[in-house]
Amino acid sequence: MARTMTRTTTTADEAPPHAPEDAGQPPSLFPPYRSTVDRSPRQPLIEIPQTLTERTGPAENLMGPARADLTTQHAGVPIGQRIVVSGRVLDEQRRPVASTVMEIWQANAAGRYIHVADQWNAPIDPNFTGAGLVVTDAEGRYQYTTIRPGAYPWGNHENAWRPAHIHLSLLGPAFATRLVTQMYFPDDPLIEIDPIAGAVPEPYRQRMVARFDIATTRASFALGYLFDVVLRGHAATPFEDRHE
Amino acid sequence: MSERLDNQSPELFGQTPWQTVGPFFHYGLPWKGGADLVSASELGARAELFPAEHYLLHVAQARGPVKGRVIELHGRVLDAKGQPVPDAMIEIWQANAAGRFVRDEGDSFLGFGRSSTSREGEYRFRTIFPGRVQEQAPHIAVSVFGRGLIKRLVTRVYFAGEASNEGDAILALVPEARRGTLIAAKDDHGYRFDVELAGDRETVFFDL
Ligand SMILES: [Fe+2]
Repeated sequence: MARTMTRTTTTADEAPPHAPEDAGQPPSLFPPYRSTVDRSPRQPLIEIPQTLTERTGPAENLMGPARADLTTQHAGVPIGQRIVVSGRVLDEQRRPVASTVMEIWQANAAGRYIHVADQWNAPIDPNFTGAGLVVTDAEGRYQYTTIRPGAYPWGNHENAWRPAHIHLSLLGPAFATRLVTQMYFPDDPLIEIDPIAGAVPEPYRQRMVARFDIATTRASFALGYLFDVVLRGHAATPFEDRHE
Repeated sequence: MSERLDNQSPELFGQTPWQTVGPFFHYGLPWKGGADLVSASELGARAELFPAEHYLLHVAQARGPVKGRVIELHGRVLDAKGQPVPDAMIEIWQANAAGRFVRDEGDSFLGFGRSSTSREGEYRFRTIFPGRVQEQAPHIAVSVFGRGLIKRLVTRVYFAGEASNEGDAILALVPEARRGTLIAAKDDHGYRFDVELAGDRETVFFDL
């Protein structure tokens, strides 16, 4: 922090490494989520120091312009409960992560994805794709408008249903800060019996549950939810592994 | 009324947990051209998996000249039983030909790419052979995502025939018997690198 480099992440020869995963991160192998069994490594991960490769990332948005309103992407208005989701992207030191891309995708109000592999008997909404993109401002803030997604069944076990969720993907400032997560909704009884949310130990699972907020709610327009995303911050002892 | 913990609870502040991308990410993440770091093409996307009117993702445009030797980096993602993984996604991050992570004067290369896997579990990038970063051997950082992967897996591609592999500090941390899983084999198109998520020849994955 004391070093005053230009603020771009990619000239970060001096950038300290990022903190390791905290206790709230799920394991790769979680047998209640069945498809992890054949798709997770059995050998232990090999711990490596973060080199310049891991401490840098693309300093520009490669994914195209923002698409912050998922309800106006087609000729008509999509069916469902309109919502506004707002929040900040921060690091573990509570510093804003500015100008970072958050990609968004989700099912429609009936819980159906616009995808050939989603074949369950709920209606497609021709006016809803469910794909968005926002870029955080200087304070790390973002906001998007969408439709509250529905819950949907899946084949993991008998009578399995995913709680309503919105998928989120963030790059952050470096390769090491990459994050893909899901945002859940308050008071959804499916969360506590869902093996994907359940891979995250309590109480950390609740970090993924948005909060309803009347101040974010827009009169006669949309319900408001707050959801902050916290990316890996800098390690406590920044230069310990510099051995070049 | 008792306060329930949630995303806004100060006592819970910390890293947002990882969750899987699931099987339906194709209309949300891998854009046309995302896997082509050299020219404008549609490499990387799988737009056949949803109706055309729902393709809202970016389409990469032509860029300026790129310096370095153009290669294809390709391979398959395989599960513990050796079956291809058709709903995975690979991202790469690498240096330019000069070993730098920015767009240089006269070189529009920037080393981030994203490719979904095909029905046969194959991914393919068009990129350039990376320059050396500090003392490291040429390498490409790789993230693997997919249905069944609650969090990404991180690995690295090194290149067969590179003398500098011998002195690479990261490779040296990998037991010799498993180092081969990180070395891409040369072929007609460039380099082949299979990702084996588990099994006899399980790829080495890293904890950063
Ligand atoms: Fe989902």
